[in-house]
Amino acid sequence: MVEVVTVVARKLRLGLGSLLGDLPGAARKLAIAGTVIVGVIIAMAVFAPLIAPYDPTKMVDSPLLPPSAKHLLGTDMLGRDMFSRIVYGGRIVLWVVALATALSAAIGIPLGLLSGYHGGKTDRALSMVMDAIYAFPSLILAIALAAVLGPSPVNAAIAISVVYIPTYFRMVRGQVLQIKATPFIESARALGIPASRIMTRHILPHLLPTIMVVFSLSAADAVLTEAALSFLGLAVRPPTPDWGFDLYAAKGFIQSAPWLIMGPGVMITLLALGLALIGEGLGEKVRRTIG
Amino acid sequence: MNTVLRVEGLTVHYYTLRGVVRAVEDASLEAGKGELVALVGESGCGKSTLGYSLLKLVPPPGRIVKGRVLVEDKDIVSLSGEALRRARGELVSIVFQDPFTTLDPVRTIGDQLAEVMTEHGVGEEEARARVGELLESVGLPRELAKRYPHQLSGGQRQRVAIAAAIALDPRVLVADEPTTALDVIVQKQIMDLIDDIRRRTGMAVILITHDIALAAERADKIAIMYAGKIVEYGPKSLVLRNPLHPYTRALIASVPDIDSDKWPEPIPGYPPDLRRPPPGCRFAPRCPRAMPVCKEKEPPRIRVADRIVSCWLYRGG
Repeated sequence: MVEVVTVVARKLRLGLGSLLGDLPGAARKLAIAGTVIVGVIIAMAVFAPLIAPYDPTKMVDSPLLPPSAKHLLGTDMLGRDMFSRIVYGGRIVLWVVALATALSAAIGIPLGLLSGYHGGKTDRALSMVMDAIYAFPSLILAIALAAVLGPSPVNAAIAISVVYIPTYFRMVRGQVLQIKATPFIESARALGIPASRIMTRHILPHLLPTIMVVFSLSAADAVLTEAALSFLGLAVRPPTPDWGFDLYAAKGFIQSAPWLIMGPGVMITLLALGLALIGEGLGEKVRRTIG
Repeated sequence: MNTVLRVEGLTVHYYTLRGVVRAVEDASLEAGKGELVALVGESGCGKSTLGYSLLKLVPPPGRIVKGRVLVEDKDIVSLSGEALRRARGELVSIVFQDPFTTLDPVRTIGDQLAEVMTEHGVGEEEARARVGELLESVGLPRELAKRYPHQLSGGQRQRVAIAAAIALDPRVLVADEPTTALDVIVQKQIMDLIDDIRRRTGMAVILITHDIALAAERADKIAIMYAGKIVEYGPKSLVLRNPLHPYTRALIASVPDIDSDKWPEPIPGYPPDLRRPPPGCRFAPRCPRAMPVCKEKEPPRIRVADRIVSCWLYRGG
């Protein structure tokens, strides 16, 4: 098992390592650390049935047992193995975060492209809507949306994605405005290349580095938002294992079984940290290439 | 010689927040098959704006207010949407000044050339096949198709830009200072290439330049622009040997001549602010031969022998 994890981690590290080739030592180390953390958590979620010793939703022992060799992180108030719940819990977080960032990228990027490239009234209207969403406190917006949509992982993902659409939109639109003014875009227009193709083939490739940075940073943020939604019971229904929800459940036993909050809390922090580190490292690379 | 391009009364204004800039006013000219017409003038005289409007490519807040650009009896100014897109590249093309920035840095030369053809209805495979020929026709090796722009020299990039512009065999090629960013040896090669192309294909070339010597060397006809207006237009030999308009004379006198002892004579004053051009002739404030009428009424276009001049001095014909 450990071998699989290290192999996956190494693969990811190699891929990212070549991308980060010319980064200075510190930024590079951060980015690699981030990749390893995220890689391990992904591997853990993917191979959960192999790693987890127990069924995460079944009572397997007495409730509120302290950590031991049998139950690495103890058992919760219903006698479920906490370690198994942590391992499986990663699945929900990763799925919701992946879906949310993919959704917001899939909506924010094309809108930003169109708005920035064509300009005019549509651009002004769209920018206003996006700024309005952006101005909202993101967590409160996500909570409100999730509450309206009802608790389920997909709805949580939708609620979170709405929060991050403006991030993509603003970034893409700003860069499009910049690239649009360069002579090679004018020259493509002069040669009768259609606007749709100019956007997808001549502008979008130049945005990819920045998009990757925004992608990892918004994913890091989305982890925290997901945890918050789930803490409030807006992402999953029991008994599904989920870090945010388990954190909420453990909160009630903070006096009698303080170890219970450790697992979910540390995992949420680690995942957010890992994604943020990747974003920082990539950001450093982009800043160096552009600036 | 049959006319390929006819520009009639073209007027282009920029609607800026600080006023309307009258960049091109009532410009008319013609170019025959394979002819090179040089558009000569100093910076800011509207020559590039005129060149861009031949493709209806005036950047906002600019707008073509009036006039027609006829290429093979199609009025480019009246086209829009898909028809305009097709016309760009198929009827009129343009080569820009700076070859270092006109190619997309992240895609190969071959890709960019093929794209021009496929987006104008040429099949994918045929386009790929024609990239090689196209490169050879501008004096580049076929292998360059696999390269990226940063691997090419400035001269090579300008050749690629020309290849892209002529890929669809347009009737008119606008060359906007195509050699300004290049060194003199490469300049000559690029101009030779443009000459070769227009002789081979019968493409009319509109050469936009501030370099009257270059125009003297390459052009068939010369149009002298000042402050948005074509002040004198006619066959090269007539315009250069016997300039009529005082501005043309001043411009020619301002060019250093290595064979003569005379110093070049600068033109006193500055071009006018095109948001508030002077009433009457726009050159009148700097003109050594200005008369009272020049400052009151715009001079008409007067045909003198084979050329057209906008100046009150020739009102009698």
